[in-house]
Amino acid sequence: MRILIVEDDREAAAYLVKALKEAGHVAEQANDGDSGAHMVATGAYDVVVMDRMLPKRDGLSIVQEMRGRGDTTPVLVLSALGQVDDRVDGLRAGGDDYLAKPYAFTELLARVEALARRARPGEVETTYRVGDLLLDRLSHTVSRAGEDIPLQPREFRLLEYLMKNAGQVVTRTMLLENVWDYHFDPQTNVIDVHMSRLRSKIDKGQDRPLLHTVRGAGYMVRETPK
Amino acid sequence: MTGAPTREHFAGLRRLFRTTAVRLSAIYIAVFTVFSLALVVGVTHEAARVMDRQLAEAIDDDVETLTEDYRSGGIVRLLATLDERSRRPDAGLFHVVDPNGNPIAGNVAELPLQAVTEDDDEPHHLPYSRFEDGHETRHIALVRSFTLENGFHVLVGRDIGERERFRSVFRKAFRWIIVAMVVLAGLTWWFLARRVLKRIDQVSDASRRIVAGDLSGRLPISGSGDEFDRLAVALNDMLTKIGELMKGLKEVSDNIAHDLKTPLTRLRNRLEEALAGPEDAARYRGALEASIEESDGLIRTFDALLKIARVEAGSPTAAFEVLDLEAVAEDVAELFAPAAEEEGGSVEVVEDDRRHRIMGDRELIAQMLVNLVDNALKYGRHDDRAPDVRIWIEQTDRTASVIVYDDGPGIPVADRARVLDRFTRLEASRSTPGSGLGLALVAAIVRHHKGTIELGDADPGLRVTIRLPALEVVPDPD
Repeated sequence: MRILIVEDDREAAAYLVKALKEAGHVAEQANDGDSGAHMVATGAYDVVVMDRMLPKRDGLSIVQEMRGRGDTTPVLVLSALGQVDDRVDGLRAGGDDYLAKPYAFTELLARVEALARRARPGEVETTYRVGDLLLDRLSHTVSRAGEDIPLQPREFRLLEYLMKNAGQVVTRTMLLENVWDYHFDPQTNVIDVHMSRLRSKIDKGQDRPLLHTVRGAGYMVRETPK
Repeated sequence: MTGAPTREHFAGLRRLFRTTAVRLSAIYIAVFTVFSLALVVGVTHEAARVMDRQLAEAIDDDVETLTEDYRSGGIVRLLATLDERSRRPDAGLFHVVDPNGNPIAGNVAELPLQAVTEDDDEPHHLPYSRFEDGHETRHIALVRSFTLENGFHVLVGRDIGERERFRSVFRKAFRWIIVAMVVLAGLTWWFLARRVLKRIDQVSDASRRIVAGDLSGRLPISGSGDEFDRLAVALNDMLTKIGELMKGLKEVSDNIAHDLKTPLTRLRNRLEEALAGPEDAARYRGALEASIEESDGLIRTFDALLKIARVEAGSPTAAFEVLDLEAVAEDVAELFAPAAEEEGGSVEVVEDDRRHRIMGDRELIAQMLVNLVDNALKYGRHDDRAPDVRIWIEQTDRTASVIVYDDGPGIPVADRARVLDRFTRLEASRSTPGSGLGLALVAAIVRHHKGTIELGDADPGLRVTIRLPALEVVPDPD
């Protein structure tokens, strides 16, 4: 996946490029608003990571320009501001996700990958399948190996989001934002307890667990190879 | 020793003339003079008109009487009446000529003949001369002429010197009044402006002292309760508020210095220690992981501080929407319930058959409840289990109360106000993780929503009551 980092802090940008390459992606950097806008215009990237405050040009104006000419490349907006109204500004300008500085690299990687996946064309799926786990979005039912698993509404949404991003890391803040619609960090382990409850319903008594904890990052639904 | 006017004197005078009071006074005096002038001119003109009309009526009356006299007694009777009338103290002037223009009778020295021989419908002004104390003087009279049936012409009139005298007395008096008024007004304004300047100088001096750094200084209050006192009181209140804010700011920076420097020092020490010890990959890794954790904690503290600052700055209420308090509370309870149940406690919203709605920011209200429930779970612990936490919402009139209570140990009365401040961590909680900012953020959110927060006793346990302005109660749709 080709990723463009528009970030004026050269050290931070270089670190991101290096870390993204290690994660198996192709990453390039632009260090000011003008070159960022120029590189974005080539349309050669799958995801753009855009800092808000850039020399020469504001990051959000570049995103607005992209959307204005019909460029739907997913954009992750980075900002040192990080308050709720800044996030709303970022999303209103056409950003697809918003991350406040300072961030953990695992958080950024998880979000970039989720964005790239979301942008991939394809019909809206009504069922998600991971191994023998099946989730039907229309009838709100979940079954594993043909056996129904009753879930609470919130557990269903949790599993739905995890399965939508199957094979990719989902962080705790991503879960809070997408499942609970909370854009603040409660700074407790509450999510972990929800996950362990869900895990006990999905994986208990199964040979091959599907719900994995990724240490220091978050969670992932993935079929374990035989 | 006062010699010739010094430069200071002139400067003082210039300053005096620059004051608003003096400028306003100048405008006032000009306007007042114009109006007075108009008034006096109007009054004298009207008075003259009334006097003219009275004279004219008297003349018309004379004409009628004389005509009547002539009809009943002929020219002899008419002349007798004229003779009798001319002896009265308020006598007017009269003049009778025969058809050829020869004077028959009268008390006028010189008169244009034409004025007598031509009949008038109504009285008009006429200059004439008459003998007074042996010499001839010029006068103006209001006169009317008429012709008798035998061809004799009669002129009757009244001198209007009285009216003219009245006018000139009025004018003279008015001139003096204007002069006296201007002088008096000028003096009044001089003293007024000096008094104003003195007060302003006092205020300026006091504010210069305050600007120079003496924040405890206050503007002088004379005690008269005048507008300067009112202004000084308002400004003093402002200074007190600024002083409080400065004090708060100082406390915050002291707290930041302490609560951020402590973990920074810890972080530095840890890294230094790792560097100093034997080269061992596992040890390095351990130190690095601990450092990341420490810096994450720092970032969280920073975020919390920023968030409190943003909420307290009262950034626009654009994000306000109609909120169903029960719905927000149930979401929060649902978020925490599994974690609480895991440890033998519980988090529940006490059901009510009504819905309570407020205008608020969903994120902030949720954050408020999250912090309160999180605090209750953390600090309300029993030795062996988590507490039972309840959220109860009720409403009286337009005030909704959100009450979060637990059955834990509670907070001692003496510490209750303190825990709402930033970075307050009670001794009992020093061992548990936390930034000491949770309740400070709650308090900021409550203030942002124009509400109040009160810490009380749930007996046992802590009860936090938050009162918020609410919309009208609606029945539960379920």
